[in-house]
This record gives sequence, C-alpha cells and structure tokens, in this order.
Amino acid sequence: MKSTEEILELLKGKFGSDIIGLVSAPPEKMIDITPASLYNVAVFLRNNEELDFDNLMLLSGLDDANGSTLSVVYHIESVKEKHKLVLRVTVPKDNPITESVVKVWECANWHEREAFDLIGIKFNNHPNLIRILMPYDWNAGHPLRKDYKNPEFYQGMKVPY
Amino acid sequence: METKTSHLRSEEMILNMGPQHPSTHGVLRLEVELDGELIIDVRPHIGYLHRCFEKHCEAMTYPQIIPYVDRLDYLASMYNEFGYALAVERLAGIEVPPRVEYIRVIMGELQRIASHLVAVGTYGLDIGAFTPFLYCFIEREKILTLFEMTCGARLLYNYIWVGGVSHDLPPDFIRLTKEFIVTFKPIIAELNNLLSYNKIFIERTANVGILPLDTAINFGVTGPNLRASGLKWDLRRDDPYSIYDKFDFEIPVGEGWHGTVGDCWDRYYLRMLEMEQSIRIIEQAIEQIPDGDVTSAIPKRIKPAEGQIYSRVENPRGELGYYIVSKGGLQPHRLKVRPPSFVNLEVLGELCKGHLVADVIAILGSIDIVLGEVDR
Amino acid sequence: MIIFEYLADLFGAIPAAFISGILPIAFVVPYALFAVYWERKVSAHMQDRLGPMRTGWHGYLQTIADILKLIQKEDIVATAVDKPLFNLAPILVFAGSYAAFAAIPFSSAYIGANVDLGMLYIIAVSGLVVAGILMAGWASNNKYSLIGAVRSAAQIVSYEIPTVIVILTLFSIVGTLNLYELSEIQSSNIFNWMIFGGNVIGWKKIVLIPLMFAAFIIIYLTTLAEVNRTPFDIPEAESELVAGYHTEYSGMKFAMFFLAEYANMFAVSAIVATLFLGGYHSPFGYLGNLLGISWLVPVEQFFWFTFKGLGFVTVQMWLRWTLPRLRVDQLMTVCWKYLIPLSFVIFLLVSLLMVL
Repeated sequence: MKSTEEILELLKGKFGSDIIGLVSAPPEKMIDITPASLYNVAVFLRNNEELDFDNLMLLSGLDDANGSTLSVVYHIESVKEKHKLVLRVTVPKDNPITESVVKVWECANWHEREAFDLIGIKFNNHPNLIRILMPYDWNAGHPLRKDYKNPEFYQGMKVPY
Repeated sequence: METKTSHLRSEEMILNMGPQHPSTHGVLRLEVELDGELIIDVRPHIGYLHRCFEKHCEAMTYPQIIPYVDRLDYLASMYNEFGYALAVERLAGIEVPPRVEYIRVIMGELQRIASHLVAVGTYGLDIGAFTPFLYCFIEREKILTLFEMTCGARLLYNYIWVGGVSHDLPPDFIRLTKEFIVTFKPIIAELNNLLSYNKIFIERTANVGILPLDTAINFGVTGPNLRASGLKWDLRRDDPYSIYDKFDFEIPVGEGWHGTVGDCWDRYYLRMLEMEQSIRIIEQAIEQIPDGDVTSAIPKRIKPAEGQIYSRVENPRGELGYYIVSKGGLQPHRLKVRPPSFVNLEVLGELCKGHLVADVIAILGSIDIVLGEVDR
Repeated sequence: MIIFEYLADLFGAIPAAFISGILPIAFVVPYALFAVYWERKVSAHMQDRLGPMRTGWHGYLQTIADILKLIQKEDIVATAVDKPLFNLAPILVFAGSYAAFAAIPFSSAYIGANVDLGMLYIIAVSGLVVAGILMAGWASNNKYSLIGAVRSAAQIVSYEIPTVIVILTLFSIVGTLNLYELSEIQSSNIFNWMIFGGNVIGWKKIVLIPLMFAAFIIIYLTTLAEVNRTPFDIPEAESELVAGYHTEYSGMKFAMFFLAEYANMFAVSAIVATLFLGGYHSPFGYLGNLLGISWLVPVEQFFWFTFKGLGFVTVQMWLRWTLPRLRVDQLMTVCWKYLIPLSFVIFLLVSLLMVL
C-alpha cells in the first residue's frame, strides 16, 4: 500500500521532468504527466513489483473548458496491493494526440474509443480507433466537447426535434 | 480422375447477430465470423441505445440527474442511485443519517437479488429452458412489489436521493420483507434442482467460455464474472462503502464446480450463491435498523466545491463507478460513468474464439449485460 | 380395413381410396388445433400461469382465433428468396408428415393403406420432411435459416439410424413390418405388448423385457429428435437461430410448418405406441365385447389409440418445458456415441435370442 506522494517520488526518480507534478482536486489527488511519457509510465506502474497497478478502473476524456486543452484521466488500482492512483494527461485542443495504453491494460481499448468518440482525443498505436457509441459515420464532431453544436441534419433526418 | 477444386471459393461466413435478435439481451449487434459453425471472431457493435446521458448531466443539477441514473442499468436502478448518491455525498461532504444507510443497503441488496434473478432466468432462456425464467420472474415480482409500496415505482424508482431517501419505509415493509425472505430461501434450492444441476445445462455451460483470472483483470472484468474466475474481490469488502462493514457475509468465488474455474457454469452459479449472501445481509440489516429521520440531511442546494471524485460501488453486474468533476457550479462539469456491463462486454470476443455458434449465446448470457448501461 | 371395404362396396375401389385417404386430415386438423391449445395450457400450468383464458371458456377458441389471424396475414415473400422452392417447402414438409399417417392403424377398423412394408414406408416418407426443411432453409436466403436447415438435415438423418435399428429389432421378433399385423399380434393382453416382449413365450420373454424397455427409450428419444422437439430442437433454437429454417415464413406458410410440427409429433407418438404399447389395443379389454355391441370395439380402439398418442405428445411437451437445449455437437454425440451402439447391441442380443 503506497500513498500518491510516495508513488510520485518513485515516478519522479525514474522519469524526471516528464512528471509534471501533483494536482489537488479534493477529495482526490492527481499526478500530471506529459503525453509523450504516458506509455512508459504506464508500463512502469504496471510492471513494478511494489506498485503492481494491474487494473485500469476508468479512463475518461475531459474537456477542460478553458478553450485550449483536453485531458485524459486514468484511475488505476492494484488488486493485490490495494492502492489507487490518478494520472492525468493534458493535450492541446487543436492537436489532441496522446499514447494508447491498450497494450498495458486491455480494457483501455473501448474506453479510449469512447474518449475518441465523445471528446475527440486521438490515441497513438490504438488497434482500432473508431467511434463506439455514436454512429460510425457521424461527422459533426465530438459531442462531449463544451463547444459542440448539434448538426441540422444527419443522413437527411432532422436532428433537433 | 482428376478433380478440380481450385475454382471453388471458400470463405468465412459473417453472421450478423442482432440488433434484433432474441438473445442479445437488448439492441446489441454481434458480428460473428463463422467457419461452418465454428467461431473465428466476434466483434460487438454497440451504441444503438446511446442517449447522451453524460451530455445531459452537464446541463442538470445534481439531484436532477438521479432519474437519469435509473435508466442506466434498468434492472438495478436502486443500486445506480445508491452509487450516484454516494459519489455526490463524498464529493460534497454530506453525512447521511444511519437509518438511511440501512434503508439503502436493504434496497440495494433486494435489488441485487432481483437483478440476479433476471440474469439467472434469462440465462436459462438462452440455453433453451423456458420455465425457470418464469419461476425467477415470479420471485422478482415480489421484490418489485416491495419497491412499489415504498416509492410507487416498479422499475425506475428515483428513491435514493443525495443525502437521504425520498420516503421513509412504509409500516408493513419490514414484515413483508421478512415474509419474502422466508418464502424465497427454498426457491433458490428449487431453481438449483431445476436448472443448475440439470445434466444438459451443465454440459452446455461447464468448460465453455473459460475466463482465466489474469485475462479477467487485464480486461477490467468485475463483479460476479471476476469472482467466478477465482478472485475474492468484492468492493463491499475491498473498498468498503456505506455500512457494509457492519454485516457478516461471505464472498463466494468460482471453484470450477463442474469444469474449469471461470467457465460459464461458474459465472452462472456464482449469482445463485450471491443471492444467498444478499439474503444474509438483508436479514441482519432488518434486525439492526435504527429509528430516525430519513429526509433531514437532504440538502436544498448541492454545490460542491471545485474538485473531483471517482466513487465506485459493487453493482449486481460489477464495479459501477461515477467520476464527477465539479467546477463549483450547481451542475457537474463532467460526469462519467464506468458501467460494469460496458467493460465486461469487451471480453466477449476473447471468450468466444474457437467455440460454436450456440456457445456465443451461452457466453453472452453468462456475462450478463444490460444494454441500457453499455450504451448510456 | 372395414371402413375401406365398406366404402369400396358403396363407390368402387378408387373413390373409396380417396375418401379413406382424406379421413386422417379430418383427424389431424382438429388434433393440431387441440394440441396447440394443449401445449399452451401444459406449459402455462407448469409455469404457474393460466395460459389463454379470454377467447371462449378457458381459452378453448384461442387456436381457432390464431388460425383466423394467420389466414388474414400478409404472405410476405422477400425479394431475394428462391420463390418456387420457398413456396414448395411448407407444402412438402406438411405432405411428408401427413403421408406418414397413411400407414398408421387408428383402430382395427381403419388403416389408410394396409401395406406390408408399412414401417419402412413411414421412414421413407418422413425423409420428405428433411428435403422440405433443407429447401426452406436454402430458399429463404437467410443465414439463420441456412444454419437451421443444415443442422436439421444432419440431425434427422443421424437419428433415423437408431430408429431403423430398433424397428429391425422388432422385425426380428415378430417378422412383419406391417403395422396392422403388428398391432394384431399385441392384442388380447397387456403382456402381449411389444414392450413386454410381444407374443414370445417362456423364458425368452423374461429376457426380452429389459431389452425392449431399452429399445423403447431409444426409439422415444430418436423420434423426439426427428420432430425437432426440445431438448433436440437445435434446428429452430429460438435463442440462437431466431426461428431456424422457418424464420422468413409468415401467414399460412408459417401455419403449415406449425401444423406439420404438431402432426409430426402425433405421428411419431402413434408409431411409438403402435410399435411398443399395443397400438390401438386397450389394456383392459373392451366394453363392446362385454355388452355384445360389436361396432363399439373399433370406437374404443380409436379412443385408446388417441389416448396413447396424446399421452406421448404430452410427455414431449413436458420435456420441452423442463429441459434446456443440447448443443449441436452434443446432439451428434448422443446419437453416434450412445444411441447407435446401444441399439446395435440390443439388435444383436435380440436376434441371438430369437435364433436360439
């Protein structure tokens, strides 16, 4: 069992400047990391014997509503050690690309597709990054962005009713 | 004689199972790649029931969201409300009176029994046994009647509110629940004799769709499906919430009773065992329930400070999580649900490989999904 | 027999053959109406329900209302189906199951065609049903139908083997395939029924009884499989294949399949009853003989025949609403690994016994 601060120290020792820092969002605490380092951090968290984060509870895309960034929040836990951790990756809105963690936690597959579908974050190295909840041919953008506008028509059908 | 076969074209057949199909438990479309009757791949396509739950939530105040939460997993609405109320209470720092906690646990566990009854009954239906399904529904009706007398609704309750519950229990509730428990206990044994120990049923489900533990964890499978793979992991124990630490109950795990650990029979039978444990919890809760007020802690206006929470509960189908981000307004900035069915469904393709068409139905039924929750 | 001869005296042989050939339909249609109602009631009462209760007293008119509804329904034919085959299939299926009734003796006074190879004829014409089902599955141009039809063909063809072997076993005892004669052999005493060894006497009969019981169970299972009833209903497994080979059918064509299924259920039950349970013979002797009214005997025989047939049909329903469904490979396992070797063993033992 390790606290977020201890894990932060471990990560800082290993990845240095890629670990941006601790963000407080009461009652939770998040560790901010850079998108480029995400995959390696995930592999480290999963394979390190003391940490052993084997379960990705939730991966959520987030529109930060500041007009310039989107973020992805990872809630992970260890079934054996019973500790939890929250990671956050922030990407610019005009080029929202981050790394996929499907190879680390298989269940990220659909979560990442959902984040892509609803928020519009692209995940590098994802095996099948297509829409999941919205129709495959939905071309009016990503609905969970704060600036999303419904299209007038979808395949000839009127959308606002 | 020379035979020419090179001109014969041979390819796999793509069978579209659903969205309208008797056994996909809703509007799920499975793209099944077949070689004869042998399955090469199963690709689920979801989203037919998508109704923008998360987008709606961003435009509503915290209490307004509760009726929407009901519609996620419509077979376990009480537990969805329970989880949501708990998440908002944790975020906003609201304490609830002890009687409310007991009512929530009783309702939650009754809902778990009702939900498992549907799971077990429809599973029998998937395998081809029609009668157990109706036996299960008779019992479920009794639970729904208890809910109806409490809050007036049979499926979508809007009963558990942030900070309390909407009404106190009606005067007869405790007596009727005790009566229900007395009549329900023999039913489990009857269902077991009728379906669980049926030789054909065991043949159909044992050693089918084996989910090894490491795959299960890797795919994020939770709930009875994970426990059937042999891990004693129940959030009521391992991440305690509400007052579950006050009760004495066991967490059954899959033991490969008739085949391998983590096969369909284990997943099915685990739900039977969990119903027994739920009854134990209800019995204890009914004995201990204190008097008191149930609506006093309900806040007039919920306006949590800036922050976020990921709060999870053990829904009948697995880990139901709510991730709420607050920017200090009356509405959540972002509300994301971790629906257990959504995550559990992902493993389907992995489980089905190399089985027969009939096994897809057996495996899908044993995962026990609710499409209202998968698609949100 | 008597009915045919009586009619032949009146009208001549050919019209008499026609009339006597139509008679089973006067039985099959009301029976099917009743059986559908009966199945609903049996299943309902097994499941703590009441079943149909609104049309007529306790819903007696429900099936008639259903048939009226089916007649009114639009006959939907999808554009991509193979039309001639699609239209022919239900007729063929019904014809196959109806033709089987020709060689079944309903009472000592009535058998459609008293052919010497009666049993063989029944097995042969039931083959038409397979052709019809395959036709329906192929012509529907639907993947579910196709899978259902292929399964059905494999299943019916496989399960015919143990059926035929059991019939051979009986043949080796009584030396006839004529069902009328077989029924007459089983007359006068319940212990003359084939399940108790038929007209064999002495120690051989005692040895035969367990073998005959086993043979009876085998043929009951195989006939159950041949009419595609649960637990062998994989060709139309509704939870997997929607409705199997008749997914695409609607209206009266669907009703034909439905009628054929129920007609088939009775046909196989009647065959099992004829082969093993004395056919139309009463287990207790006849009221007609007691009172000296000779025309009452065939009527009583007809009653006993329907009683036995419907009894087996009810058991089929009972099984359907209790048991889950087998998987296709398990179904084949049951047939090829257990039923066929077992029936061969029984055949061998019985033949040895009869040679001794």
